[in-house]
Amino acid sequence: MTNSIHASVLDIRNLSVEFATNRGRLKALRDVTLTVPNEKIVGLVGESGCGKSTVIFSILNLMAENAVITGGEINFEGRDILKLSSSQLRDLRGDRISMVFQDPMTSLNPVLSIDTQMIDIQFRSSISKAEKRQRAVDMLTHVGIPDAAHRLKSYPHHFSGGMRQRISIAMALLAKPALLLADEPTTALDATLEAQIVHRLRQLQKDLSCSILFVSHHLGLIAEFCDQVVVMYAGEVVEAGDVRDIFHRAGHPYTQALLECDPARIEEKTRNLPTIPGDIPDLVDFPSGCIFENRCSKRFEKCRISPPLRYRISPTHTASCFLLAEGGAI
Amino acid sequence: MNALLQVENILIRFRSKNRIQALLDRDRDPFIDAVCGVSLDIQKGETLALVGESGAGKTTLARSIIGLVTPQEGSIRFQGQELCGLSDRAFKPFHRDIAMMFQDPIGCLSPRLTVRYLITEPFKIHKVRNIDVRAEAKRLLEMVGLSESFADRYPHQLSGGQARRVGVARALALSPKLIVADEPTAGLDVSVQGEVLNLLAKLQDETQVSFLIITHNLSIVRHISDRMAIMYLGRFVEQGETGEIFAHPHHPYTKGLLAANPNPDPDKPKDQIELQGEIPSLMTRPGGCEFHTRCPFVQDLCRIDAPPVTEVESEHWISCHYPL
Repeated sequence: MTNSIHASVLDIRNLSVEFATNRGRLKALRDVTLTVPNEKIVGLVGESGCGKSTVIFSILNLMAENAVITGGEINFEGRDILKLSSSQLRDLRGDRISMVFQDPMTSLNPVLSIDTQMIDIQFRSSISKAEKRQRAVDMLTHVGIPDAAHRLKSYPHHFSGGMRQRISIAMALLAKPALLLADEPTTALDATLEAQIVHRLRQLQKDLSCSILFVSHHLGLIAEFCDQVVVMYAGEVVEAGDVRDIFHRAGHPYTQALLECDPARIEEKTRNLPTIPGDIPDLVDFPSGCIFENRCSKRFEKCRISPPLRYRISPTHTASCFLLAEGGAI
Repeated sequence: MNALLQVENILIRFRSKNRIQALLDRDRDPFIDAVCGVSLDIQKGETLALVGESGAGKTTLARSIIGLVTPQEGSIRFQGQELCGLSDRAFKPFHRDIAMMFQDPIGCLSPRLTVRYLITEPFKIHKVRNIDVRAEAKRLLEMVGLSESFADRYPHQLSGGQARRVGVARALALSPKLIVADEPTAGLDVSVQGEVLNLLAKLQDETQVSFLIITHNLSIVRHISDRMAIMYLGRFVEQGETGEIFAHPHHPYTKGLLAANPNPDPDKPKDQIELQGEIPSLMTRPGGCEFHTRCPFVQDLCRIDAPPVTEVESEHWISCHYPL
């Protein structure tokens, strides 16, 4: 496939998305640049409202009616998705790019059996129905559903939440996609199941040699699961790097504050947990300087005047903060 | 010392089939035990955390304490007075002292009422007269760190963290002695989560209110609770002082839960045990020790006999044949 030619399966450059609201244009994404290399797991982390899901949905072009992509490109296997016709895009969706949604309760059809749904999703394949069923059984076994052949006739409500999410993962992987988009796939599940599902995903990613763009606000999960991490804040990428760059050598004050807030990192019992004071700025009426300026503990004069560029900290690590400008802008 | 709340051996059963179906199936016991034989106590000014996976019975237990579910057996005493078996009317005065924060911060606020109405509604329900509603609303909003301008907003104009604060203000309105908080930080971002938990700690220091906090987020339990109880299939498998349990978990399930909480450090060694499978259905409880189907250290005895509750150290109880 084209995979081998391009070093990265997904390459988003300067993507900007706006939503038309009755208060004016809401600039939801601004100059978002991120790369998902072949056969790697990239974590996309940030608080609610930072634009994680907007990134995912613009890759699949599943945006709301009032969304406008105002600039940038989304290169998937060397082709700009934004320039594709809707039928070309439809050929990619579910085949080369698949998705696992947040809520396993609503992403499966409640009135069709798992059997029907898993065969239907292979509609592009020319193999016989019996072969498709066999593939479905194999994939279900692979994601850890015991006795898959018998349970195939069951309906989604026969399964528990964890099982349903495994089924959605199995369905997403049936087409052997090059890229799997996972939007908070374990948020609705218990911690014990979360660990099981994530380990299973990691195994499947190796077996199928695909890439995963993994969206989460759970820092522990990102640290354990991902190879690279992209940190977003209020519609911008503020820092990106290898998982160790982010978790051991976080450069951007926002990333540092976010990591400090995680109670799992604080070993000593405290009744005064760290927080990030203030709110996300209004994305309609925009601050002229750095987007994090109003909440940043290290701000200085320059931050209020102009926004920082992306600066290189090490070959694998970039951040948008004037304090890190030594390495030069990209 | 006399505990503020004492729960002894409560059993809560739900009917699993209607009477006719049970008759047709010749099922003599058409019930499931959601909570079976749980005992706990909470002292004044103390926080007890209730931990476990979904379906463990945490919420059912909490609902029985505020009288939304009636236990079939056992006793719940609040300041020495029995709550079990009270009629709704007889229970009402106790709702002034026991408040509840529900799981969904926005869902538990009526969308058509303003914040001012919502947080002063408890006064109306309990017919507290001679109060200035505006002043009370201002005082409560101040207590939870919101400005007075929030009083005229509707729930859809609040963020998750703000809605949670309104929930706290509403629970505080009648100065309760015990607040039952069901997943107080579920769905909140880490930075906002810290704010809400700091607020609860501050209120506790100021008013000596006790908390029963239900959560499955173990990393917050360590900071906010004095003691914790781990629940599995309607029973406590381990109960004790929080720091002690984090340092030396004795039950394999506790250890598994602690291990499932990923550490935000990519190089942290993963020596821990991983729990397999899911919590079994209450309809088909496993025999013997109910955890034996998922326990990595299972032995023959576990499949046959249910382990008794033993005190491994002072005030630290577990039920396991082969504690770690």
